[in-house]
Amino acid sequence: MAETRPSSPPRKPSRRIGDPGAMKDFFANLRSAPQAFQDSLLRHGKPTSDRAKSQAIFTNFFLHLLPVRTHLHSIKAATTLGLGVATLVLFLLLCITGILLMIYYKPSIDQAYDSMLDIANVVPTGRLIRNVHRWAAHGMVVCVILHMARAFYTAAYKRPRQFNWVVGMVLFVLTLGLSFTGYLLPWDQLAFWAVTIGANIAQSPREVTDALGITSYFDLGGLQKELLLGAHEVGQEALIRFYVLHVMVLPILAAVFLGIHFWRIRKDGGLARPSSADALPPLLPAPSSPAPLKTWGLMGVMKGRTAAVNLELANTITTWPNVMYVIGAATMVTTLLMIVLGTIYDAPLKESANPAVPENPAKAPWYFLGLQELVSYSAFMGGVGIPTIVILGLALVPYLDREKEDIGIWFSGRKGRLVALASAVLAAVVVTGLLWFTVTYGWLRNWPATSQLPQIVITLVNPGTALVLCFALWSIAVVKTTNSTRMGAIALFTCFLIGFVILTYFATVHRGPNWQFYWSMSDWPEH
Amino acid sequence: MDESDELFASERFQPPRTRRDFLGLAAAWSAICSFVMALIGSMRLPMPSVFPESNSKVKLGLPKRFDVGSSTFFPQHHLWLFRSELGFYALSSVCTHLGCIAERTADGKFSCPCHGSKFDERGRVQGGPAPRGLVWIELGISPEGQLVADKLKEVPAETIFKV
Ligand code: HEM
Ligand code: FES
Repeated sequence: MAETRPSSPPRKPSRRIGDPGAMKDFFANLRSAPQAFQDSLLRHGKPTSDRAKSQAIFTNFFLHLLPVRTHLHSIKAATTLGLGVATLVLFLLLCITGILLMIYYKPSIDQAYDSMLDIANVVPTGRLIRNVHRWAAHGMVVCVILHMARAFYTAAYKRPRQFNWVVGMVLFVLTLGLSFTGYLLPWDQLAFWAVTIGANIAQSPREVTDALGITSYFDLGGLQKELLLGAHEVGQEALIRFYVLHVMVLPILAAVFLGIHFWRIRKDGGLARPSSADALPPLLPAPSSPAPLKTWGLMGVMKGRTAAVNLELANTITTWPNVMYVIGAATMVTTLLMIVLGTIYDAPLKESANPAVPENPAKAPWYFLGLQELVSYSAFMGGVGIPTIVILGLALVPYLDREKEDIGIWFSGRKGRLVALASAVLAAVVVTGLLWFTVTYGWLRNWPATSQLPQIVITLVNPGTALVLCFALWSIAVVKTTNSTRMGAIALFTCFLIGFVILTYFATVHRGPNWQFYWSMSDWPEH
Repeated sequence: MDESDELFASERFQPPRTRRDFLGLAAAWSAICSFVMALIGSMRLPMPSVFPESNSKVKLGLPKRFDVGSSTFFPQHHLWLFRSELGFYALSSVCTHLGCIAERTADGKFSCPCHGSKFDERGRVQGGPAPRGLVWIELGISPEGQLVADKLKEVPAETIFKV
């Protein structure tokens, strides 16, 4: 006669239908859902201790590329001038504005130009977005060149950062590729003729194979042009190819190489810094954790006044929030600048492309105008030979100059500043002199004695060739007199930088219709 | 040589090569090779085998339309057609330097607006950066008797076409 109770009380109160408890929990959960979501997203509150600040960096997907502590030298304005971050911000701005433009842009030769007009005149905010895209593209080229120059002059390309310098060169080429492929998309006169010229520069190795008489077996130039254009002339095929490169291939490649670039910065031990930046402060900072209770045997054999505890903390600060402020400031300044530029200045758009009548002068984007000046003497050397020499030369710099001293110091000190100054003056004089000479007296084809020289000579003897030789000789002389490869590298880099600047300026301002010399654009003849 | 290089060069890092290693390596390398070959093979795709302009023949009109000694420009085709006592010849006005369109000046010579290349009446280089003379275009006759130029076919300079 066992008395059976309906049920023994369970360990946890189970709820039955109609019990208000679950509903209460539900509403309570609903009310606290934002907080709960935030907790699961951030996993910790506002960091206060150093340890929590470290956690804020390394538990975050976006921030974990940064170290948890950063060397004081790295966030000094004079170390980077913020140029790398500015380049990155411009790249991101370009991605955002680019995707927005893609919504309306149509990569077809019948519609591309009209869709540009729509974007500029009809699409809400279209004009601003297009302007920002254009100015950020120019800005990125400027910043990437300046960033390269800063990495060079602070000797940041040296061991262990040689490879990251090479990755940087890849990024440099990708940046130029992105700009060049974007240039065709508006399908206006400027775009059409600049890309026609660009594609024919790609074809110019044919000048050499023609001279050697091997074009019918090995036509590198023709192959390059056909790959680029998918045709013999710039047309629909070329537009699609440039579009695919511009919106897919090159941005993805750039993103991948950017990832490698940043990862390598960390693996190479942060930004380059002089050894003096690691000097220990006279007193070691108080240990941030409780002092060790035991001292280990190893410390007994260490030299110096004190056993060094927490040595790696000396001269560093937590990345959160100090570095975030610096990056945030660079981001805001760059973005603001682009929006202001985009509001004030409209990106140019000429008349629709007309394959029958060339734009006169047909000028490439400004960063290629220095090359276009050289190309106007002979296409292969100016457009392919010299750029290849320069890019390969730059990529080789860290492998040819391996002196270990003075890393992280601008110009590696006083001597380097003098060498840079001397080289800048020399390059300015030589380049200006040469341009004056060719404008006044012409070049090989203009002189009776040389006008009938074989084509291969005309192709190879470009004023640019003379410049490269002159710069190379000067750098060798510098290496000899200073007995330092670093000084030679500074001399060579400075010469090329100044040469690039002057040629670009000259072709932008002083070349007019028929590629003739004019003091200013107002002197151009009407046509 | 620095420390890390030495470490790698030292014997500690020389793995013994067993048969199993060999088979593994062979498998890995054949996989890599086939991927690379496949990649190279697919890179053939962007290289067109038929060009959009492959129908590059353009009709210029009946031969009797052109007087002896005349020269006619076809702007859409960048083409100059000449008739001399000996016959017809056609020059492409696409500059051999970088592809701008050379203009014919009053004296019958050609000059390019882009970087100032100069060519004489018969397309020979006179100055500027152009690496070679203007291209002489192949001429022919269509079934209905029209003059036809094939824009992508070059003939040796001074080739005269007789109707
Ligand atoms: C898409 C283009 C590029 C982006 C977005 C980029 C970004 C960055 C960033 C954010 C840094 C951290 C330091 C700083 O802000 O200056 C950096 C460092 C560095 N970059 Fe770049 N970079 C680019 C291209 C280049 C190029 C063209 C070179 C040189 C050929 C280069 C060489 C280096 C080197 C050597 C460092 C280490 C600097 C040091 O240790 O002091 N980068 N880059
Ligand atoms: S394209 Fe004719 S001179 Fe350059």
